Amino acid sequence: MPIETPDLVLAPILPELILSGVAMLILLVDAARPSRGGRAMALLAAAGILAAAAVVIRQWQVPAADELTALGGMVAVDRFALFFRLVILACALLSVLLGAHYLERTGEGRGEYHALLLFAAAGMTLLAAAADLIVVFLALEVLSLSLYVLAGFSWRRLASQEASLKYFLLGAFSSAFFLYGIALAYGAAGTTSLAGIADALSGPGTSMALALAAGGLLLVGFSFKVAAVPFHMWTPDVYQGAPSPVTGFMAAGTKVAGFAALIRVTTVALGPVSWELLPAVVGVSALTMVVGSILAIAQDDVKRVLAYSSIAHAGFVLVGVAAANQEGVSGSMFYLVAYAAMILGAFAVVIAVSRTGEGRTSLRSYRGLARRNPVLGALLALFLLSLAGIPPTAGFIAKVLVFEAAVRAGLSGLVVVAVLASVVAAFFYIRLIVLAYMEDPEETERVPAEPAPGLALGVTAAVTLLLGILPGLLLDPLERAGVLRW
Amino acid sequence: MRTPIAFFLVVSALLFTIGTVGVLVRRNALVIFMSIELQLNAVNLTLIAFSRQLGEVNGQVLAFFSMVVAAAEVVVGLAIIVAIFRRRVSANVDDINLLRW
Repeated sequence: MPIETPDLVLAPILPELILSGVAMLILLVDAARPSRGGRAMALLAAAGILAAAAVVIRQWQVPAADELTALGGMVAVDRFALFFRLVILACALLSVLLGAHYLERTGEGRGEYHALLLFAAAGMTLLAAAADLIVVFLALEVLSLSLYVLAGFSWRRLASQEASLKYFLLGAFSSAFFLYGIALAYGAAGTTSLAGIADALSGPGTSMALALAAGGLLLVGFSFKVAAVPFHMWTPDVYQGAPSPVTGFMAAGTKVAGFAALIRVTTVALGPVSWELLPAVVGVSALTMVVGSILAIAQDDVKRVLAYSSIAHAGFVLVGVAAANQEGVSGSMFYLVAYAAMILGAFAVVIAVSRTGEGRTSLRSYRGLARRNPVLGALLALFLLSLAGIPPTAGFIAKVLVFEAAVRAGLSGLVVVAVLASVVAAFFYIRLIVLAYMEDPEETERVPAEPAPGLALGVTAAVTLLLGILPGLLLDPLERAGVLRW
Repeated sequence: MRTPIAFFLVVSALLFTIGTVGVLVRRNALVIFMSIELQLNAVNLTLIAFSRQLGEVNGQVLAFFSMVVAAAEVVVGLAIIVAIFRRRVSANVDDINLLRW
């Protein structure tokens, strides 16, 4: 029997090829000249990310193709994928910048950081474009395996090792559930392609029990990755133990990529059973917002506060996903961009305040921050206000968009829970601002301003403010990107 | 006689459950890890059973992918566990309790 070979057009995965190619190049160069370390590798990584971004922008400008998928139906070529790729690449670029600074300070400026970060970014961008459950699984594993190692990058610090082990064990555990979900979906539909599953599920003769079990298991797997309650246990420990730039990248990139795949899988493949799965999504969303917001109050470490805040934000994005309409999808996309900017900014503030390594992350160190460095204090306040969802910041617009979509979808109850949760959440964000502005500092020494975190802070603050004042800047492209066809 | 698919599915669901319980009740990082591998192999059995039932090859291909991923996971996982063991001389997850809320 002759084997049918598909046409090999690699353009749809060119960004991933560039990222992983540069990552391997970094590993080679680093092995040959280990003493060069940090800076040169960071520049190489940044060049790779910019090249990948240039390809993505070029593909965005070309009018949408008739074909929705490429490479035998494995990879989607729509603007939804391109949009998320660009967001992920921006996060990766900022993390390269922050990481180079951080590692130079701790004396761990090895090239692997940048190589692993690029591999993780390649996994994330591929996840955003995956149109087949096989690719979803592979991309998820590529990004997870790189992040397990990155979480333990400061292996001399016990907390970093511990974070790595916890992330690894729970991540692998969740992957098993996800894979079981894929297997059951394959059994129910006879195919692993997202569009094929949708066709099979809307036709007669498909086992609904199998399909629902598959949908549930896939949701469990995704919930682990995006840190939704009750699968959030690993988040605070891993976020606290991992090096701060890695935490920032995990918090922003993984969540963006995970939600990109979650939205695509739920709206495309599980579209026909979305009504049956809706209570599960709504329940997880409500629980996530409430538990994340309440537990954040009890924390006394700023990285743990941000971890619980990131859990709560997963719940808010899920409000948009639960709405399952056009506005819900583009609202979630807006939310993810705003969230990525503000959480990366918040972690850049953490890095600037820590100065070296993981020192000064307890809330006490933030007392009187505004007096020790007024600009840093103001930026911290900006990011916290945006995380709390107070105008005129991106966080406010994002919340309005997802709430509006949910109300339109008839989920007013969920929106009430969401608003109450944001009120609780506002308490601990504002408590941190009060600490920074109204209490006397423990150390009187000024927090120095430094170029690398400074640049990252400038970019994220600009995005947070701009999207808050001129949301139209992002809503326009979203109108073209937020459409999922199949 | 052809074995009905339900037999395979029940066995694989049992194996998956044993793996899940193992992860939840065992305390040694290596044993937890072995339980996770058991889960992954249970899924492979499901995939291959469905593949035979449907007379289609995709499930078997996916099983190969999952074996490759499991192998990569072993590499990373054992490296992390060994690194921790070197520092603490213990692979018991109850001893790994620096980070608590």
